[in-house]
Amino acid sequence: MKPGLFQYVRADDVEKAVSLLQEFGDEAQLLAGGQSLVPAMALRMALPDVLIDISSIAEMRSITLTDDVLRIGAGCRYVDVLRSEDVARAAPMLVQAIPFIAHEAIRNRGTIGGSLAHADPASELPACMLALDAAIVLQSASGARTIAAEDFFLGTYSTALDEGEMIIAVEIPAIAVNQHHRFLEISRRSGDYAISGGAFVLEMDAGIITAARLAFFAVGDCAVLAGSEALLGKPLNAETIDQVAQRVGEEITFYGDLYNGIGAKRQITKTLTRRLLAQFPGMEL
Amino acid sequence: MSTTSGKAQRHSQFVGQDKPRRNAIRHAHGRGRFVDDIAFGNLAHLAFLRSPYAHAEILEIDTEAARALPGVVDVFTGPDLVDICTPWVGKLDHFSGLRTPEQYPLAMERARWNGEPVVAVVAESRAIAEDALDLIMVEWAELPAIIGIDNSRSTNGPILHPQYDSNVAFVMNLTAGDAKAAFRDAAYIVEDTLELGRQTGLTLEPRSIVADFDPSLRKLTAYHSTQTPYQMQDVFVRHFNLSEENVRVISPDVGGSFGMKLHVYGEEMAAVAASIRLGRPVKFIADRMESFLSDIHLREHKVHARMALNSGGEILAMEVDDATGIGPFSVYPRTSAMEGNQALRLMGAPYKMPHYDGTLTVLFQNKAPTCQYRAVGHPIGVTVTEHLVDLAAKAVGLNPFEIRRRNIVTQDMYPHTTATGYILERLSHEECLAKLEALMDYPKLIAEQKEMRERGIYRGIGIAAFIEITNPGPAFYGIGGARISSQDGCVIKLEPSGKIRVSVSVTEQGQGTETIMAQVAATYLGVDLDHVDVVTGDTERTPYGGATWASRGAGIGGATVMKAALAMKENILEIAGVILQGEADDFDLVDGQIVDRSNQQVRMSLAEIGRIAYFRPDTLPQDYHPQLSVSRHFVPQGTPFDFTNGVQASYLEVDVETGIVKLLNHWVVEDCGIILNQQLVDEQIRGGVVHGLGGVLFEECLYSENGQMMSATMADYLAPLASEMPDIQIDHVCTPTEMTPLGAKGVGEAGTAAAGAVVLNAVNDALRPLGGTLRTTPLTPERILKALGKI
Repeated sequence: MKPGLFQYVRADDVEKAVSLLQEFGDEAQLLAGGQSLVPAMALRMALPDVLIDISSIAEMRSITLTDDVLRIGAGCRYVDVLRSEDVARAAPMLVQAIPFIAHEAIRNRGTIGGSLAHADPASELPACMLALDAAIVLQSASGARTIAAEDFFLGTYSTALDEGEMIIAVEIPAIAVNQHHRFLEISRRSGDYAISGGAFVLEMDAGIITAARLAFFAVGDCAVLAGSEALLGKPLNAETIDQVAQRVGEEITFYGDLYNGIGAKRQITKTLTRRLLAQFPGMEL
Repeated sequence: MSTTSGKAQRHSQFVGQDKPRRNAIRHAHGRGRFVDDIAFGNLAHLAFLRSPYAHAEILEIDTEAARALPGVVDVFTGPDLVDICTPWVGKLDHFSGLRTPEQYPLAMERARWNGEPVVAVVAESRAIAEDALDLIMVEWAELPAIIGIDNSRSTNGPILHPQYDSNVAFVMNLTAGDAKAAFRDAAYIVEDTLELGRQTGLTLEPRSIVADFDPSLRKLTAYHSTQTPYQMQDVFVRHFNLSEENVRVISPDVGGSFGMKLHVYGEEMAAVAASIRLGRPVKFIADRMESFLSDIHLREHKVHARMALNSGGEILAMEVDDATGIGPFSVYPRTSAMEGNQALRLMGAPYKMPHYDGTLTVLFQNKAPTCQYRAVGHPIGVTVTEHLVDLAAKAVGLNPFEIRRRNIVTQDMYPHTTATGYILERLSHEECLAKLEALMDYPKLIAEQKEMRERGIYRGIGIAAFIEITNPGPAFYGIGGARISSQDGCVIKLEPSGKIRVSVSVTEQGQGTETIMAQVAATYLGVDLDHVDVVTGDTERTPYGGATWASRGAGIGGATVMKAALAMKENILEIAGVILQGEADDFDLVDGQIVDRSNQQVRMSLAEIGRIAYFRPDTLPQDYHPQLSVSRHFVPQGTPFDFTNGVQASYLEVDVETGIVKLLNHWVVEDCGIILNQQLVDEQIRGGVVHGLGGVLFEECLYSENGQMMSATMADYLAPLASEMPDIQIDHVCTPTEMTPLGAKGVGEAGTAAAGAVVLNAVNDALRPLGGTLRTTPLTPERILKALGKI
C-alpha cells in the first residue's frame, strides 16, 4: 500500500498554485488536507504525476464575515471552521455538521475546499453548501469566477471545476432573522459515512414556512435538494412533515451503497426528514 | 503431588490478584518491538501480485518489465518454488473423508480466490516492489466463481476442484439417542434457518515476517508474528527441507492474533522461499487490504435446525443441518473442518437434551479460506441453540429464564456427557443463571421494556447460556496426526541476585500471558512478583510446547510454570537446608526469604542463596551440587478439554424506523475456575464480547456475485468502535478443574461465544410485538427494516 512515484511541488500562494495547475494540466492534483487523496494514492486508485501542495497558502486560511457574507477560505480545516465565532454566528449549520465528519484526527487536517472539490456523494459539506445557498469561488490562471453550489456539484466525484481551476473560498449568506439551520445524519457507527444525511434551512414567518432548502447527502450520486417546495406556505406540523417526507422519498433518485439498498435508503431518508423537521422551532407536536 | 495439595500449597497472594500487564508500560512508552520495528542489514522487501478474479486460469505471466525495474531483486511465481518448498495439505486423520488439494505458496495453474497471491516481487523497498507489480502482465481466463453456500452446494453448478465430484470438502454426522422418535413424540417443535456472515480477524498488527536465511549454515531465523513459534518451526523444517536445530522462530511483540496467526499462509512461506533464493533477509508485512483479502476469514454458516420439547418445556432433541463455506482449501495444519465440527458439537451443550442428530457439510468456494478463530464454532452453536430456545419459550409459554432453568445441566449430574459427546467435568449453569438474573435485575428491565413499548420505543432483552472449550489435551490435534504439541514446557533459573527467570513455551500476544506466568511462578516459589522475569516466543530460548491458542495459555501454561516453580522451590530449600545445617523441610521460602517453617523467622535471603551457590560453592559440603535451574513439562490429563460455562445477557433498543440497534447494556456471568488475575480475565471477557458484538452487528466480509471482496478497507468493513459499545458488566462463579494442579481453565473465548447470540435474541425480543424475526447476521439496518416489513 505505497503510492506510485510522483513529483511534489509546493505553492505558497494562489497565483503560484494556478500557474502550476496550468503548467501540469491534468497530470497534477492539488494536495490540501490529503484525507481522501492520500489514502486513494496509497491504494493506487489515484496516481497523480504531480502533487501541488496548497496546504500552506495563507490567503486561503482566513474566515471573514462582512456585509452579511461569510467567506471561508478553501484551505480552512474543519477544526478551524468549527472553532470560528463568525461561523457560529453566520452559519450555525456548519457547527452542527462538522462533528459528524469522520473523526477528530481527520477534522484536524481535512479542508473545506478539499471536501468540496472531491465531491464525495456521502460528504456532509456539499449538502451544507446547497442548503446554505453558498457560492463557490474558483480561480484559474486566467481569472476568478463564482458559481452557485447548486450548479457546482454534478455527480459522484464530479464538479463544475474546469481544468486549471481551483476552489479558493466559499461565500455563504449569513443566517437571517427567522431563518433556522438544522443538520442530522443517520449512520451505524459514529463517524461513519452516513446512510442518509440532511442539511435543512427554513425561514418562517408567523409560523408559516416562507422559504426552505432541504439538502440531502449519501442518498444519490451527489448532494441534492428535495422536498423543499412542499413546505412553502405551510405551518410546520405533523401533516406537513408527512407530506414532505413522502415528497422527498419520491423526488430523490436513490443510489444503494454496500450495505443499504435503495429501499433502505428511501425509508431511512424519509425518517431522517421527519426527525429533522421536527427539530425546528415552532413544530407543533 | 495430588491436585488438592497443589492448590492448598499456595503460599503467597499473587495468584488471584489484579496485576496490570507487565508489558503495558513498555507499549505506553512506544517501546514495543514488533517484527516491523526490528532493523536488519541488507533487508529486501516482498510484495505480491494477487488474483483480481475469484476464479481464473493463469495462462501466461510476463515478468520481464518488472525484473528490469531498478531496485527489483527477484520475481518469482508458484512453479518457481517447487524445488524449494514442498506443498502442504490441510487434513487431519480424525476428520476421515476430509479432502483438500495440495497447496503451494503461490497459485499454480489457477487462482481460486480474489486476493490469492500469484506472483512475488522482491525489491530494495516495498514501494519499488509495488511499482514492479504494476509492470507484470498476466493473461487470465476467468472461470465461473462459486460464492454462496447454496451455490457451492448445488449439484448442477460449477465444481471448484476439477479432480473432485462436488464442492463438498467434508461431511460429518453426529447422532445420539433417537432424535426421530423424540420429534415424533414432541409436544412442541420449533425450527428455523439462520445465516451467519463471514468475519475476519483484524489484528492491530497485521501478519508480519522477516525470514533471514544463512546459506553458509543452511540456518533460517524467522522473526514472525505468530502465536505458535514451535508449530511454525516444524512447518519450515519440513517444507523447506531444513534441520530442526537450524530453524529458529522468534515471535517478538505480537499485536493481536485471535487464532488468525495460527495458520500457514502462502505469503509467509514465500518470504522464507525468497530468503533461501537470495541469501538475505526478506520482509513481508501485510498491508490492511492484504489482510482483508488473505487473512483467514471465519464463520460463514447456514444452519437449518429444529428443536423438540415435551409439554413441560424440556428439550428432547435437536436436529441440525450446518453448511459452512471454507473457501478453496482446508487451511493447514489445523484444517477448516474444525470450526464446523465444534459448532455441531456445541449445539444444545448447556442443556440436558438427550437426543441429537446433526450433519455438517463443509463446502469449497472461491473466497478467502476460513479457519479457526477466537471461539471456534461457539458463536454458531450458541446462536442457533439459543435462538431455538427463545422460539421454544414462546411456544411453550415460559419466560426465557424459566425455560433455561428447566433445561440446563444441574449440579447433581456431573460428570456429564452432552448428547454431542463432550465430557463436562463440573460446570455451574444454575449458579450462573441465578447470578445473572439478579445482576441485571430482570424484573425491572421487563417492566421498563413494557412501559417503553407503550411509548413506541422497542427495547429487547436477550439471554444465552454457553459452554466454552478450553485447555485442549492431546486428543485435539495430536490424534489427527498434526505435529502440534499439546504439552508445554518451562525452565526456571535462579539468578545469582536471587531473581527468577522463567522461560516458557506459551506465548504473549497482548493478553497478558507473561504477567500470568510471573504471578504463578512468584506464588508457588514464594518470591516477589517484581523479582520474576518471563521469556516467551523464541524456539531457541524456551522449551518446546504448544504455545497459545484454544484458551490453553493460562490453564496449561500456568500448570507447567506451577510445576517448575514447585520443583525450583524444592531445590532452593534443599540448598537452604545444606547452608543452614538443617533439613529442607525445616524451611520455607516466603517473599524471597528463607524462613523457619515452624515460626516464620527469617533466616537468609534468596540473594544470599544465589551468592553462595554460584560464587562460594567452596563453602558447601564436598560433592554437593546445588541445582539452580529446573525444567518441567506438563501434559493435560483426563478429559479431552476443560470446559467452562457462563451466561450472557443484552439489553438494547431497536430504532424501528431506521433499523439501527443501540446497545444499552451487556452482562456476563462466567466460570473459568481459579481466577489467576481478575483484571486480565475481565479484559479477555470484554474483548471477547466486543468481537461477538462486531460479528452480530457490524462486521461482514462481503463478496459480489462474481467473487470480488467488497468490504476490504476499514471504511467498508465495519469494525466495532468503542462509541457503539455498551457497558459490559461481569461477574464470576468459580468451579476449579481437578484436571490440572492449578485449577484454572481458559477464558479467552467465553465473551465471543455468546455475545452475538444475546444480541440476536434481544433484537428479536424487541421486534416481537411488531412481528419481525431476524435470521441473518450481521443485523444490518436493511435486514431489520426488511424483517419489519418496512421495505
